[in-house]
Amino acid sequence: MKKKLKWGLSVMLILFLGPTACNTTKVESAPFGISPKVMADALHAVMEADRTVYTKMIVNRLQNEEKVIKASEHWKDDKALVLPAQMFRMGAERVAESKAPFSYSLISLWPVNKQNAPKTESEKIGLAEINRTGESYYTEETLGGRKYFTALYPDIAVAPACYSCHNDHQDSPKTDFKLGDVMGGVVIRIPLGT
Amino acid sequence: MSLFASVYLGFELSEPGSSIYLVGETTHGHHQIEMACKVCHKKAFGGEDVLQEACMDCHGEEMKVVDDSHPKSKFTDPRNAERVANLDARLCVTCHREHRPRISGPMGVTLPDDFCFHCHADIGKDRPSHNALPFETCASAGCHNFHDNRALYEDFLLKHSDAPDLLPMPKVAIRTRSRRVLPVSDRQDSPLTPQDADAPPEMTEDLQLMSEWLESSHAKNGVNCRDCHTLNKDVDGPGHWLNTPDESVCQSCHESEAKGFFSGKHGMRLVSNLPGMNPALAKANMKPDAGDKPLGCVSCHGAHAFDTLKAAVQACMQCHNDPHSRAYAGSPHDELFQNEIKGIKKPGTGVSCATCHMPRFAKNKDDMEVVSVQHNQSWNLRPNEKMIREVCLNCHGLRFSIDALADKRLIEKNFKGRPSRRVESIDWAKKRNNEKKEKKAAREPSHAL
Repeated sequence: MKKKLKWGLSVMLILFLGPTACNTTKVESAPFGISPKVMADALHAVMEADRTVYTKMIVNRLQNEEKVIKASEHWKDDKALVLPAQMFRMGAERVAESKAPFSYSLISLWPVNKQNAPKTESEKIGLAEINRTGESYYTEETLGGRKYFTALYPDIAVAPACYSCHNDHQDSPKTDFKLGDVMGGVVIRIPLGT
Repeated sequence: MSLFASVYLGFELSEPGSSIYLVGETTHGHHQIEMACKVCHKKAFGGEDVLQEACMDCHGEEMKVVDDSHPKSKFTDPRNAERVANLDARLCVTCHREHRPRISGPMGVTLPDDFCFHCHADIGKDRPSHNALPFETCASAGCHNFHDNRALYEDFLLKHSDAPDLLPMPKVAIRTRSRRVLPVSDRQDSPLTPQDADAPPEMTEDLQLMSEWLESSHAKNGVNCRDCHTLNKDVDGPGHWLNTPDESVCQSCHESEAKGFFSGKHGMRLVSNLPGMNPALAKANMKPDAGDKPLGCVSCHGAHAFDTLKAAVQACMQCHNDPHSRAYAGSPHDELFQNEIKGIKKPGTGVSCATCHMPRFAKNKDDMEVVSVQHNQSWNLRPNEKMIREVCLNCHGLRFSIDALADKRLIEKNFKGRPSRRVESIDWAKKRNNEKKEKKAAREPSHAL
């Protein structure tokens, strides 16, 4: 409980100080506030925790274990649970709508939807790196004339619901995922400078 | 001189009905309100963001309902910056510029028809069936829409691929009784009689009017004269008589219907501080004798009879004079409607103009399912594939519906006959699905002994 509270306070502090911290291009040694790396790591900790909880406690439990309800890409039409990846993206879209000072997305070298394949050079290099090392990857990139601190984190198959769904999906380019595999990457971008 | 010009132009801008600032002909969707500049140009300064806010004020809810396939949030992600540089889909005006009559196409699109190319140029890699297809056909061949693909996405096509042209039990939902939003303390819930009428005595002498009201759903459900002919009984007092109640009175009980009416071409002028729309102002083909009387609720429903059957066809035919409308009489849909009226067929089996253009929709309200009528007649016409799920699939299979709506001549004939063309999307979806199944089966070990 204490740990949760600590994380919650940290994220609130980060979101509050984030824009201030991003006003500097010197990433690792921000003169005040927190660095984009610390902000990205904290944001990712919350994202990963929520994503794991939804995948394990909701989707995997209700669909794979208790077989109460299915999760479906067409959740509205099928009166089903939202897929974990959709849940993640919907959150990202809401954050985008709120104009928060960061953005995030979920990409993969083996995406079911081809639009989620790596696009930028940083994504291509970063995904390859996190697949190779299993560790997070940090860089800076310029997109649309704006400079970003970009962090990539491995997205792990935390439950059978993850790999069984991807292995069975007809549009999945990879069909031999197993528990603990890096299936893709979470990309967090924080704009730098003004 | 410049002071005089500034004052004059400023005055002109503040006055609805001034055409001095109209920089070009507006589209069929906005010409009704072109004299109310501030509906779109909410502020004098602010540029595209101000316009975007105005677009979303009127169309934002629709975008959510249709699960917009290309929401703004997809394009604000920095990873799509390169795409945005080619086509800034964060803004409605990138594709829908107003006052550009020479380049305005269907749905007010002002981009060249091959706009899908900007992001989907490599679609052929994943879908070989699309390799030789020209990009201007993506959204014009009955296969895809930019915003609303609820009836066109691949799994939906597969799910409904084998449905027959006509379903075994074709029927639309039955409208539920309107729910009163504003309680009237002295209203009774039993049918009213001539003696109950609380209008001034001279009004009750009109036998025609009395008869229409007694036959109406209003009198049958205890809605008395003063429930409509008094703007606010509590404020104005029981003696205050309003001779010609306006739409706000109807709206006080029929909230969702009024919302639709004010959002559509019939009623949008009224919420833009302009006199009501009238047939003489229409760009669509209207009957010469349709007149120029402003449209309100009673234009279609009548002032006292509130006959929904009349409102469902006859009211439309008073004004509309396009080939599709003219061909309704004697069409298969008309025949079904006549059979329902005569009691030969069950309620919900007839197809009137309103069945398709003002469809019924169910909504849960206070734990009750309420079936209302969408009074924005453009709701499902932008483009017409939007009609498939809400209307066509009540009675027809998906393939037939897609083909019929893609056949302009069949639409003009009001669906007398069969579709003359076949949209191949379902065939391609099935073919691709079979290929993927075969591929999957090949890589999985066989469990057969």
